[in-house]
Amino acid sequence: MSAKTLMRGTHVLGEAAIRAGCRAYFGYPITPQNELPEYMASKFAKMDDAVFIQAESEIASINMVIGAAAAGARAMTSSSSPGISLKQEGISYLAAMELPAVIVNMMRGGPGLGNIAPAQGDYFQATRGGGHGDYRVIVLAPAYGQEIADMTRQAFDLADHYRTPVMILGDGMMGQMMEPVLFPEPVDPSSLPKKEWVVNGSKGRGSRVILSLLLDPPREEEHNWKLARKYQAITETIPDQEMYLTDDAELVVVAYGTAARIAKGAVHRVRQSGLKVGLYRPKTLWPFPSKPLAKLCDHVGQFLVFEMSTGQMVEDVRLAVEGRREVSFYGRPGGVVSTPEEVAAIVSSAYHGKSN
Amino acid sequence: MKGRIEINRERCKGCGLCILVCPKKKIEISPKLNTKGYYPACFLEEDVVENDKIECTGCAMCAVMCPDVAIEVYREEKKTSKDETD
Amino acid sequence: MKKIFSRPDALKDNPFHYCPGCGHSIIHRLVAEVIDELGIKDRTIGVPPAGCAVLAYNYFDVDMCEAPHGRAAAVATGMKRILKDSVVFTYQGDGDIAAIGTAETIHAANRGERITAIFVNNAVYGMTGGQMAPTTLPGQETTTTPGGRLQVRDGYPLDLSGMLALAAGSVYIERTAVTSPKGIIRTKKAIKKAFETQLEDKGFSLVEVLSPCPTNWKMSPKDSIRWVDEIMTKIFPLKVIKDVA
Repeated sequence: MSAKTLMRGTHVLGEAAIRAGCRAYFGYPITPQNELPEYMASKFAKMDDAVFIQAESEIASINMVIGAAAAGARAMTSSSSPGISLKQEGISYLAAMELPAVIVNMMRGGPGLGNIAPAQGDYFQATRGGGHGDYRVIVLAPAYGQEIADMTRQAFDLADHYRTPVMILGDGMMGQMMEPVLFPEPVDPSSLPKKEWVVNGSKGRGSRVILSLLLDPPREEEHNWKLARKYQAITETIPDQEMYLTDDAELVVVAYGTAARIAKGAVHRVRQSGLKVGLYRPKTLWPFPSKPLAKLCDHVGQFLVFEMSTGQMVEDVRLAVEGRREVSFYGRPGGVVSTPEEVAAIVSSAYHGKSN
Repeated sequence: MKGRIEINRERCKGCGLCILVCPKKKIEISPKLNTKGYYPACFLEEDVVENDKIECTGCAMCAVMCPDVAIEVYREEKKTSKDETD
Repeated sequence: MKKIFSRPDALKDNPFHYCPGCGHSIIHRLVAEVIDELGIKDRTIGVPPAGCAVLAYNYFDVDMCEAPHGRAAAVATGMKRILKDSVVFTYQGDGDIAAIGTAETIHAANRGERITAIFVNNAVYGMTGGQMAPTTLPGQETTTTPGGRLQVRDGYPLDLSGMLALAAGSVYIERTAVTSPKGIIRTKKAIKKAFETQLEDKGFSLVEVLSPCPTNWKMSPKDSIRWVDEIMTKIFPLKVIKDVA
């Protein structure tokens, strides 16, 4: 496929994963991401070197990812909000055992059973660990079909490079939208760098163990600091963002994913009435791109965070801004999708100093 | 057939299962502690040198039963018409 | 005299941390002997449990990958599907395989995963101090069944091996005990057959081994093996439960 293809988000992700060398997918049906396991099943059925299993639960599928990753494969699982809750123990183990894996969350309304409409209520779950223990997960937040393709490739590369789980955080709307996408050339998995830590049979070497149990507290401490150093290196290297019309902005909207697309529409409308507004769109949610955001404080007067939740990323924005500027919030949880007009009105109102 | 066992007294935890299964009753609990604080098993024929006084047959039931792989078993080679090398 | 019995090659020379008279270390030795005899040491990968045998990787000289509590069958599935020429075994206690791991175990068997499960049944949660297990016997005293396991409060013991036999993908399931040299030799035979089932690409295999737990049963090693032979086998009879290999 060297020309652009019109494809829905979930399929884009699947195709991009396969092109990135993913040869192991374990999943479970949950709306709104079912098309992804279906795509993987359909493609993998025609490939000799690929494994698809519809597991008995989201718990089983994350554990199959652990096994496949330990065996050296590029492995992926996907789910939506409640299923991601089930995977948290497994993600903690992946981080502790320094195993690469890609986990996809197409967020839906919550908490609890919620609904199947798009939402952004899992930001804390994604960026604040979610599972137990002192670990972090790289979180990539695409907003466009093309970004889904590019970030999926990036996710597998980052996971292998840093030996750590990577989450792709989308939502139900993004998963269903069809957009033209240009895919990169496929990667041959056998051409990827050899992993010197896999447990694939001790032939030609001594036996190895991949574990996370460290009963001796000083050893566990040492391991935690080792992980912390890794996360520090990641924080210094990969934060990414889009800055849209921020150079002369007095007010900057901060939003990610689908909310950012709505916010961009709002920014266009507000600019038409002469107000200088812009958009700061984090593309990595962990590590959060704090530095350029903090730099904006030099000339930007205020920030308005727009999320499809009751307010989670807003805390990271406040942390980045460190009290230098006012940060206000507008949110619609529960799967409600705002229109650009609605958000434009909020932005204008904030611009003119009226409280929300 | 004659046999001999060697009990690693530091690995042995004195569980006594070897004593239960020895058909010749040639193992008993030692009165001397090991460094882990157990009273390990000891082989009663350890110092026996005269071949016809040895009752252990090297059946290895003790070693098979031992949970701690603390016992190694030696057995006289059966002499056949084709001589086997050791 | 020739040495005719010593530590198998697939077992590291580390002293076991298990209690005096514990069945774990016997079973570890048998698995290691089978690995040696089948010549598969350098392509075997084991998945230990959460439980007393969580440190199994200190003893087995093969590649091992830890799994969260109960999930060994799923982790083993992921590994074996990727490494088709390897031999993958799980080593799990009764809580790991038949309480928290029930779904993963049944479904791995149902899919006929080419893995071998070693199920160590001591009718109690050992590592955590002697709580009720799915296989705790009716009337058996544990720290969470004061007065003994009561059906109305605690349910009946679970026959997981019997349940697994119903799964079409399971081909060889046997229950044995390590309470006598004869039983130990029988257990080794069963473990060997289970591994051979995997090598012959036939399906899911499992050996359930009744294993004495003197510490948590509050008995001497001698009384523990008697308790297995006389009491435990009434609920968990020793037999070949399924053999369509």
